[in-house]
Amino acid sequence: MRVGGSARRLINHFSLLAVSLLMMYPIFWWLGASLKTNEEMSSAGLFPKVPHWSNFSEGWVSVPNFTFTHFYINTFELVLGVLFTSIVSCSLVAFAFARLDFPLRKLWFAIMLVTLMLPTQVTIVPQYVMFSQWNWINTYLPFYIPHLLAGGIGGPFFIYLLVQFMRSVPKELDEAAKIDGCNWFGIYWRIMLPLIKPALVTVGIYAFLWNWDDFFGQMIYINSIEKYTINLALKLFIDSQGSVPWGQMLAMSLVSIMPSVIIFFLAQKHFVEGMSAGALKG
Amino acid sequence: MNNIRVNQPVTGIPATKRSRFSKRFKSWEAPFAGYLFLSPWLIGFFLLTLGPMIMSLYYSFTDYSLLEAPNWIGMANYKEIFTMDDIFPKSLKITIVFVLLTVPLRLMFALSVAMMLNRKIKGISFYRTMIYFPSLIGTSIAVSILWKNIFSRNGFINDFLGIFGIKGPSWIADPKYALGTLILLMVWQFGSSMIIFLAGLKQIPGDLYEASSVDGAGKARQFFSITLPMLSPMILFNCVQSMINTFQMFTQAFVITNGGPVKSTFVYVMYLYEQAFTKFHMGYASALAWILLILIGLFAGVLFWSSKYWVFYETQGGKK
Repeated sequence: MRVGGSARRLINHFSLLAVSLLMMYPIFWWLGASLKTNEEMSSAGLFPKVPHWSNFSEGWVSVPNFTFTHFYINTFELVLGVLFTSIVSCSLVAFAFARLDFPLRKLWFAIMLVTLMLPTQVTIVPQYVMFSQWNWINTYLPFYIPHLLAGGIGGPFFIYLLVQFMRSVPKELDEAAKIDGCNWFGIYWRIMLPLIKPALVTVGIYAFLWNWDDFFGQMIYINSIEKYTINLALKLFIDSQGSVPWGQMLAMSLVSIMPSVIIFFLAQKHFVEGMSAGALKG
Repeated sequence: MNNIRVNQPVTGIPATKRSRFSKRFKSWEAPFAGYLFLSPWLIGFFLLTLGPMIMSLYYSFTDYSLLEAPNWIGMANYKEIFTMDDIFPKSLKITIVFVLLTVPLRLMFALSVAMMLNRKIKGISFYRTMIYFPSLIGTSIAVSILWKNIFSRNGFINDFLGIFGIKGPSWIADPKYALGTLILLMVWQFGSSMIIFLAGLKQIPGDLYEASSVDGAGKARQFFSITLPMLSPMILFNCVQSMINTFQMFTQAFVITNGGPVKSTFVYVMYLYEQAFTKFHMGYASALAWILLILIGLFAGVLFWSSKYWVFYETQGGKK
């Protein structure tokens, strides 16, 4: 019986390892290929004999007049702004849904849940028209303002997630604070926010990752290279090269996902919890 | 001196007055605060969701082109889409095939890997990280670049096949395989569905399995009679979510194949993008967007309607 158990465990480990390797193989290949020359690209073996580090240094300056440092700074400017506005607005709105009693609360909440499923295409054209009339094209306002209004990428999802977390905070705390003379904002600021910090971190992580990955929005709203994000710079890189220097391109795309990867490894716990909370508590 | 006065707190306000005050305070204070806290979303909803939705519905009945003011043309856009447009049925068909293949495959992988991970063995979080990793970089353009390279004629897939003496086609340049490479990319990123399944599996009480194995149920029987019914709410959730996301796939098709070859991967949203942002046919694009909305609504509707036959909610049975 024991022998059977440990044999089964071994099989488990092997099959999991096989799946993991299969899943990660393209990523390993990616790492290797970013150090290869174009000729080595189709050679066997994950890593080249002589690593071609210049793919990174040459790729970094491959877009004329600008370096990837510039695009990196732009992307951070955009994404951090979005992250900050999302956290502020979504936590305020979630507090209203979780704690305050007001007419039509259930209706608004239901509507908010429906907007979770709404495809963006149905609003994108009028939004684009509106933002271009306000001269917001080629600025980051089409990203900041929707997030400030608890919308944008992931907005309703973040509200929903925070509402779930806030509901698990005991209501007695609010009552006690109220008796001590705290107003609603005080309860939100001094009681709720400190207690749901892990959830706020989760929201921050998702806001960062999703907006870092977003390509469609950046492509339609930003059109001067000076304002380009990393994603747009990469697209420019592909389009502008006649004979594609694959090594450089793969090196730069690897660089472009680094912040996401670092955040993922630093905050894995929040990550997994947030995702399952969204589905289970629903 | 009467007794009530003695009991009063030191605020200085007589008790009767105070309670009336706090009652009045309560009656408007919470709703007011509620709407104040809600206001960012509420403004956003009217300004950025409902307003634009109504506008886009209106545009869909006009010939709006961004350069000229919209003229009302009634159903002309819709009539053109359904009767004269050759690309619309083609890209609609591609998209539906794409959704119908991607979603089930993705959920099947997600569920089977989640079941492998739902065991008490060491190093689970390591495996989970490795398996989730591809999904992390999800829709980024970097992954599309990687995919484009892997599946190119001299890419690593063909080198790999070459080891076995198979001469692979040029996947991305061949209309027969191009859509398949995109499906494979989407299926590869099953991580978030997997994590949701994993959380669901953890919630199934172990005694259900114990009791059933005492009754002589085998593994397969347990899977169909316990695991699947208990997971059915998560299956529904993942189904709806994957379906909505897959319908809206854009970046991958745009970067990897650019809709080609011979429009074999020209998915619906790419067509919409082309109409709206390269041809500036805003009215026509809005009509396409509303058709997409209705289509997604239909798919979701069928899923939710059918869910009463296959989704099992644990309402009776005591345990939470």
